[in-house]
Amino acid sequence: MNGSELNQDSKPLPARLPSAALFARLASIGLLLAVLAALFLYAGGWLTPHALTPAALINTFESLNGAHPGFRRNHAKGVCVTGYFESNGAGQALSKAQVFRAGRVPIVGRFALAGGQPYAADTPKTVRSLAILFKLPDGEEWRTAMINLPVFVVNTPQDFHEFLVLTSPDPQTGKVDTAGVGAFLAKHPETAAALKEIGSHPFSSGFGDSPYYALNAFRFVNASGDRTSVRWWVKPDQAVGAGDSAATSDKNYLFDGLIAQMRSGPLRWHVIVTVGQPGDPTAQAASAWPADRQQIDVGTITIDTIESEDTSATRDINFDPLVLPDGISPSDDPLLSARSAAYSQSFTRREGEHKSPSAVSTAEVEK
Amino acid sequence: MSTTNRPAQFAFLSRILHWLMAALLVAMLFIGVSMVASLGDYHWLVALHRPLGIAILILAVIRLVTRLLTKAPALPANISHAERVVIKMSEPVLYTLFIALPLVGWAMLSAGHYPIVMFGSVHLPPILPAKPELYATLRKTHTILAYLLFLTFLAHAGAVLFHTLILRDGILSRMVPWTVRPAKGEGRS
Repeated sequence: MNGSELNQDSKPLPARLPSAALFARLASIGLLLAVLAALFLYAGGWLTPHALTPAALINTFESLNGAHPGFRRNHAKGVCVTGYFESNGAGQALSKAQVFRAGRVPIVGRFALAGGQPYAADTPKTVRSLAILFKLPDGEEWRTAMINLPVFVVNTPQDFHEFLVLTSPDPQTGKVDTAGVGAFLAKHPETAAALKEIGSHPFSSGFGDSPYYALNAFRFVNASGDRTSVRWWVKPDQAVGAGDSAATSDKNYLFDGLIAQMRSGPLRWHVIVTVGQPGDPTAQAASAWPADRQQIDVGTITIDTIESEDTSATRDINFDPLVLPDGISPSDDPLLSARSAAYSQSFTRREGEHKSPSAVSTAEVEK
Repeated sequence: MSTTNRPAQFAFLSRILHWLMAALLVAMLFIGVSMVASLGDYHWLVALHRPLGIAILILAVIRLVTRLLTKAPALPANISHAERVVIKMSEPVLYTLFIALPLVGWAMLSAGHYPIVMFGSVHLPPILPAKPELYATLRKTHTILAYLLFLTFLAHAGAVLFHTLILRDGILSRMVPWTVRPAKGEGRS
């Protein structure tokens, strides 16, 4: 690269500009650069410090739960599992995703409890989650993070943030702002309705007999290009036990129950796709679709090994619900993009931090 | 050295790639900085960011090869020695950033155990093993390189505008996509 050599033959420079013109031109250049820099700062959120960004959302989790470096900012307490998904081929009518061809694909997953405290004691009422990563044959992946609530509590990330703060105990007083929650519910009938729906699905006894719901709507695209709005959930094959009987001093009784249950054999869930009809809302995670919607059993998840986060590579997987294979795409639900963004923020923070042992240690899993 | 055999402009392909990449890179810098701060638009911006980054990587390699195989035009005579050094250094800095940024992005997603989805079922293989600390470092590096590229872009645009509007030494004609005939006395001896 020798572009800077002297051009001895170039023409003489043009006459000097009058100083007013010179000033105007200099000012224009300065202004243009300043506008570009300002636009960049604006795009990056630096000029709107009170906007709800992924970082702000994760900051809220950190301030509500305290600092727990190395752990997920939500669903912090968990345990890793592996197994496989056996597709029965029924999903192919709606989606061309390879995962729905009849046959088996390996999965890795994680059971966890909602909340950002990795050492919190298990309770019967804590929301449980199951995240699954389906490994498709040529490197494609399908990741889904599900919880044991039949509907979500809000429809938008802004409402989620507000509701999260309102329903969390004040770090100083330890009390929940009941008046604030009441005002929120009055303003958000969808949340009041969702809580009623959630109340009509009492929690089961443990991780192994829980259903888990993906909550958000997605779109399936089949080989002919037809698009269908869907939701999916997993239905336990295990007999469902009542959830309230678990009075115990074991801080990890849900995890220990899962570990014990798996010792006597693999656990199975049916993957059920709920087929939306035209007009069913796809951007309202707080609202269930009518109960008569078609439910297709597309195959069975078998979970046959369990391992502490301390040794499992699954600890370092971000169960981003928008890691999707060809044949499954996001709906217009605004929570999907927000979840993807917030999970990424949490992942980026924790991956750079020193790791502490999980409450569900290797000894716990192996004892 | 005389300019007898120096062209008046960069090679046609270099000039086209310059403006195409300029548009893509500025778009990418804005997409990148916006998506990180956005909840609602995050997903479609990321979905665009990945294939656009790989497109820039491919274009940057083509541009580098073109640049190495063709002759660069001379700089206007009025440019001082010190500025020549700066200009000479800015070129490899920019080319390095064009190539490093997408490569670091690709490596970062590999280290973060993400599938590197382009579009549909098309995805790239990982170029690094999945490793948390590596992901964290590369993620930071990606941001720092992007800020550096944005600053370099501002400096580059500012300098060219200064030369074009204030010094009026015709430096921009070396890179405009249309053909500029050498002025009298230029390009001949």
